[in-house]
Amino acid sequence: MLSRTADHLYWMARYIERAENIARMLDVTYRMSLVQNAAQSEAALWVPLLHISDTVEDFHAIYDEVTAGNVIYYIAMDERNLSSIFNCLRAARENAHAVRVAMSSEMWENINSLWLEFQQMDKKLILDSGLSEFCDWVKSRSHLFRGVTYGTMLRDDGFRFTRLGGFIERADDMARLLDVKYHLLLPSASDVGGAVDYYEWSSLLRSASAYEAYLKVYRDAVMPLRVAELLVLRHDMPRSLHACMDELTSILEQLSGNAGNECKRQAGEMHSSLHYGRIEDIFRSGLHEFLEAFLRHNNRLGIEIQHTYLNAPNPGVSGFDEAEPVLIQRQN
Amino acid sequence: MASIDYKNKLLTAFDESFDTQKGVRPVYGRYAEWLAGKDFSQLAQKSRDAELLFRRVGITFAVYGEEEGAERLIPFDVIPRILAASEWKRLSEGACQRVRALNMFLNDLYHGQDIIKAGIMPESILTNDMYRPEMQGVDVPGGVYAHIAGIDIVRTEADTFYVLEDNLRTPSGVSYMLEDRRMMMRLFPELFKQYPISPVEHYPQVLLENLRAVAPRGASEPTVVLMTPGAYNSAYFEHAFLAQQMGIELVEGRDMFVKDNAVFMRTTEGPKRVDVIYRRIDDDFIDPLAFRQDSMLGVPGLVSVYRNGGVVLANAIGTGVADDKATYTYVPDMIRFYLGEEPILSNVPTYQLSKADDRKYVLEHLAELVVKEVQGSGGYGMLVGPTSSKAQIEEFRLRILANPDNYIAQPTLALSTCPTLVDQGVAPRHVDLRPYVLTGKTTTVVPGALCRVAMNEGSLVVNSSQGGGTKDTWVLQC
Repeated sequence: MLSRTADHLYWMARYIERAENIARMLDVTYRMSLVQNAAQSEAALWVPLLHISDTVEDFHAIYDEVTAGNVIYYIAMDERNLSSIFNCLRAARENAHAVRVAMSSEMWENINSLWLEFQQMDKKLILDSGLSEFCDWVKSRSHLFRGVTYGTMLRDDGFRFTRLGGFIERADDMARLLDVKYHLLLPSASDVGGAVDYYEWSSLLRSASAYEAYLKVYRDAVMPLRVAELLVLRHDMPRSLHACMDELTSILEQLSGNAGNECKRQAGEMHSSLHYGRIEDIFRSGLHEFLEAFLRHNNRLGIEIQHTYLNAPNPGVSGFDEAEPVLIQRQN
Repeated sequence: MASIDYKNKLLTAFDESFDTQKGVRPVYGRYAEWLAGKDFSQLAQKSRDAELLFRRVGITFAVYGEEEGAERLIPFDVIPRILAASEWKRLSEGACQRVRALNMFLNDLYHGQDIIKAGIMPESILTNDMYRPEMQGVDVPGGVYAHIAGIDIVRTEADTFYVLEDNLRTPSGVSYMLEDRRMMMRLFPELFKQYPISPVEHYPQVLLENLRAVAPRGASEPTVVLMTPGAYNSAYFEHAFLAQQMGIELVEGRDMFVKDNAVFMRTTEGPKRVDVIYRRIDDDFIDPLAFRQDSMLGVPGLVSVYRNGGVVLANAIGTGVADDKATYTYVPDMIRFYLGEEPILSNVPTYQLSKADDRKYVLEHLAELVVKEVQGSGGYGMLVGPTSSKAQIEEFRLRILANPDNYIAQPTLALSTCPTLVDQGVAPRHVDLRPYVLTGKTTTVVPGALCRVAMNEGSLVVNSSQGGGTKDTWVLQC
């Protein structure tokens, strides 16, 4: 298929997935803020959200103070924040608009009506009292779009690039979320966490729709090590890093053509560390280091996919082969 | 009860549905009965349903000069324009005849120029801005230049049709013919049981067959693509829609490159050869090496491959010289010269402001005439004398005097009206008609058309960029 078409589909899926994950984190933080914890300041609760999206500096360039209101607005609605839900949904819809031919009409209508609905929302009401409802809306629209994609899209490379974007993004978002949360909750790897942190850990699970799954799998109290195992190594947990890599390796195998050997090699390498890894070993050498390396590799894989398939360089006339800017940085 | 308000002053014009002497015209008979059983509020509700559906599907139109990326809907009218089989026979034969002659004219102009030698066409045609010397002597497959032509037709009397203009460059609007039909079938399925309406849904397939038929020799399974200027073009929806309906790739200039006298598109599996480009981008922007150097939308080297026969463009480069308003006056002569036939459809009498006599007459009668720019399109830069203020007329007079060669004038035609749903009820509004004539191995037209309607009372300007709307056109099979 046309490289540019694949590129738009890939980024459309990435932005939808990103909007969903931001909404998940926002909602969980908001719910935690309702369970008053005297030991924690307002800023301590909200700053991690900025860390996850790598926007601490950008935020401070605009706002003087970390307050719930400022962070919520910045993360959800602020047009100046390139990773705000607003901008993610807009970018998803613009990418879809550019290649509406490549998807089913149901998909296009779905994402177009999502954007129209969003524009008609009362932004002030969302910020005042309807934040959870709004986050639920973003999540359910993302589910709906994924559903309509699965239910209606031809199983061609367009479908595969759409899914590829979704899983690369999910792996990235989940690794960031875990990294920041662990960093805050368990400053040292030897800490086991106390009962006070119960809400924090369970809220982390909830943000990944993994709370019920945890109880079902472990039938035990919420323990940091197991939370990490569930979200990193369990292949049957659909938002875990392992599950993402399962999908990515299999999608890359299915793509037409012979161009993707390096992509497959990198994905396979990442996959095997999750497939054969043990959580005790990961904790011993440091979860933070592990997640950092994972993010680096995932980013590298994204760049490789971009180069191999999406901005395929022009083999013809020199001087006209300037590829489009590589849209791999977090800030696009 | 909804009924048509005929006590309107517009009835000085011919109405498609109603004859002042004989009452409801036969083609509208059953429709008028059906309409009489409807409440205005029911129709208004259908109209709102349609708007909602169009907006959800994203059938939008970007209007130049408005906020960037602003998307608007073209108003859709729920009342159809209905044409009898006999009327359509004449219109379709006339439109096809015209396009056959125009293709022969283009082939002649870019080869032996017999029509100039025969003294029918002045040699000054060769200095027309739209004449492309790059095309001189270039053979195009089948001698087809205008593969897709939109012929704008208006009606002033029961038996009087005029061709207003020929659109031979990148005529747009056919998606509205198709989407308006789809919408009507959804809103009023019962009417389609009662009326033998000719289907139009196969238009994209006919178009694709024609495009395949003109592929360069040697391409057994030709790859056809649709080339768009991009998502911010006003007609982008249509480009995407047609590509989807034909199952072909929608490409932009940056998706293609030239190598070894061939055009390729970049795909995830590597470069893929392109044989036929249905381009919806003007000549000027198609290749920065051949035409405008600042064009970012084109493909460098494309025209050179085209001239060597490595790829086919539809429409061909240089068709603009044949739909220019100054060339328009010669079309009846072309039909006689190339086909040896009498024109089935007439031209509107046209004054050339480059001619002294014509210019004198026009300047004295500006208040009665329609004045257009020779190369204008989309209803921009025109004066409709009878509906303009004195100040507007005087302002336009200065523009004409500054560059008279740039203008033509025509009598203000009393365009026919068609019942249309407006805020106050159902009332007559002026309409025109654009059938899409396709040429590959043969020249054909799908039995339907874009019907544009001037939604404002008394207005004669039907262009969507000027607030015009669209209607479904029903061609009856018997």
